[in-house]
Amino acid sequence: MTTTAAPATARKPATMAQALTRALRDAMADDPSVHVMGEDVGTLGGVFRVTDGLAKEFGEDRCTDTALAEAGILGTAVGMAMYGLRPVVEMQFDAFAYPAFEQLISHVARMRNRTRGALTMPLTIRIPYGGGIGGVEHHSDSSEAYYLATPGLQVVTPATVEDAYGLLRAAIASDDPVVFLEPKRLYWSKADWSPDAPTEVAPLGRAAVRRRGSSATLITYGPSLPVCMEAAEAAAAEGWDLEVVDLRSLMPFDEDTVCASVRRTGRAVVVHESNGFGGPGGEIAARITERCFHHLEAPVLRVAGFDIPYPPPMLERHHLPGVDRILDTVARLQWESDWTEGRGA
Amino acid sequence: MTVLEQPGSSRHKSSLAGPPPSWRPRVDPAPLLPDEEPYRLLGTDAAARLDSGLLTRLYTQLVRGRRYNAQATALTRQGRLAVYPSSTGQEACEVAAALALEERDWLFPSYRDTLAAVARGLDPVEALTLLRGDWHNGYDPREHRIAPLCTPLATQLPHAVGLAHAARLKGDEVVALAMVGDGGTSEGDFHEALNFAAVWQAPVVFLVQNNGFAISVPLAKQTAAPSLAHKAVGYGMPGRLVDGNDAPAMHEVLTEAVQRARRGGGPTLVEAVTYRIEAHTNADDATRYRSDAEVETWRAHDPIALLEHELAGRDLLTDAFVSATRDGAEQMAADLRERMNADPELDPMDLFTHVFAEQTSQLRAQAAQLRAELDAEADGHTDDAAGAEGSAEEARP
Repeated sequence: MTTTAAPATARKPATMAQALTRALRDAMADDPSVHVMGEDVGTLGGVFRVTDGLAKEFGEDRCTDTALAEAGILGTAVGMAMYGLRPVVEMQFDAFAYPAFEQLISHVARMRNRTRGALTMPLTIRIPYGGGIGGVEHHSDSSEAYYLATPGLQVVTPATVEDAYGLLRAAIASDDPVVFLEPKRLYWSKADWSPDAPTEVAPLGRAAVRRRGSSATLITYGPSLPVCMEAAEAAAAEGWDLEVVDLRSLMPFDEDTVCASVRRTGRAVVVHESNGFGGPGGEIAARITERCFHHLEAPVLRVAGFDIPYPPPMLERHHLPGVDRILDTVARLQWESDWTEGRGA
Repeated sequence: MTVLEQPGSSRHKSSLAGPPPSWRPRVDPAPLLPDEEPYRLLGTDAAARLDSGLLTRLYTQLVRGRRYNAQATALTRQGRLAVYPSSTGQEACEVAAALALEERDWLFPSYRDTLAAVARGLDPVEALTLLRGDWHNGYDPREHRIAPLCTPLATQLPHAVGLAHAARLKGDEVVALAMVGDGGTSEGDFHEALNFAAVWQAPVVFLVQNNGFAISVPLAKQTAAPSLAHKAVGYGMPGRLVDGNDAPAMHEVLTEAVQRARRGGGPTLVEAVTYRIEAHTNADDATRYRSDAEVETWRAHDPIALLEHELAGRDLLTDAFVSATRDGAEQMAADLRERMNADPELDPMDLFTHVFAEQTSQLRAQAAQLRAELDAEADGHTDDAAGAEGSAEEARP
């Protein structure tokens, strides 16, 4: 048996967490101003091991274990960015980021604006988010709506291994702050992938059509993408040919891709884990209605988490949007039935 | 039954002897403790060693500072400033903060510290942009190495730590001096900033101006600490207590702290004991929470009068020097008044210019909407004036 050296572009199974690690490593190797900081990111390599090996390769000055203080981590990162560094901050879990909100909202989001562009905030805030991993309270929040409500922040969330690499590289390269939400239940999802392959680094603000279809569009992002893909396959058996759009970044929001898809299909469902009331789905549905009203065959519907504090792990499966709930909602898009209030048969 | 009463509890004796030897005191706290009395130079024998050049420089800046505060307060009465938090009575802290720094260093002022920025060389008009309301920050922070005047309390302190830390990582001998009030020391960001600074041994100086009140709340309701300078010990940095109205003492303590930081000695917390002679801002009624008698005792401890006494003792307070100093301050005030009395020229389209490096499609649409509204407004005006000034076409920019 002869062995040949694998080509540099060989694609092997890799997890999303590994792709994120590789993105951090490559960004640090390419640009000495990139600094990784946070609680446990050094010796331990992060509780999800996303920063594994970085302190060893780049030293503790470039991958720094900080004191346990989220406002301090982000606040000092602001000062480091003012001096020309590109900090990549890790907030260990979604709900742990809340103490840093004042720094995020009062300074990170508006420093460019406040100083008429003289001081920019090229920093990336990595936050593992969302549920589905059996975490106890404060370990499963979908907090994207808070960030979206703050002008000046970019909000990015990958759903595939390839995007985890590409979007994180793009986030670190951005001259504006990025809240980079990592769907923690996809950390161990795998795909054949190689960072050496000629991967296109997606610019922030471009949605991706993950599945072509003609009967309706599912609009989703992050942890809900695999659920939507599964739902689309299941719907095919029932005669529904669903298109699936992965937003990838919630801000900038790619209205053009979303609206082009909805104009083709005439029907839309927005799917996300975070609560529906005040959640991103309301904004997306409103924009679709404003821009595509005459193309719509049915109201834009939403499948979201319930409007409750994130439930305990033994109940979370009832809260998270699943395939069945998506299919039930798609069925309502026929708009011939009696489900609407006051207009029923 | 407690552990001690359990039969055979002698087996646990070793665990009652205290933490295992891996615990040890980390730092000797004694050298970090502040003096019992605020450090003073004026009126003491030590004042004799002070350099006359420094004293006259401080005096000139104090007089300018007082005049600046008076002028800015007058501008609020005329509606030219939305608000002005005066630092009258605290000028020695402001001036000393500016003069203790070298050009390469950074100043992180709070909203009351306009004067420190001006004493550092910032254009007095640019320093007032935030308070006039034409933009949030009127100068290039990088050019002057002055962070934007910070309105949220103590949130600029971690910025100072991060900047100083970054500078040290880059091998630059840059020091950051961050200013905060007594009220700000109760905020969480104060704690986190001091903790990070001490752990990183960042070249930072924290200057607390303890002026007695956070708006109306007196220090006793703000903290139970022996002094604010004592808080330093808990973080592992030295605390210094200074008479904030003694300009040379302030200058000496801050300069020492800056030099210590530059040498790699780490951060220092300086508490300046001073007093806010005016109300919190022009919108505040200070008579509701403090007595005239108290204010008068502090007027008797005025930073300018204290320095004048020393200058007079050295025969430096000549009529010529005093009038030249006053004339300089008057000229600055007249220039400030004149330039602030002109309406700033604003471009509403700037609203969209500095949100992101690249505008989003939503912002482009909103900018187009505002542009159309502005054009319609301009058309309306030119229609009104068309008879007198010619066609609307000509009037368009």
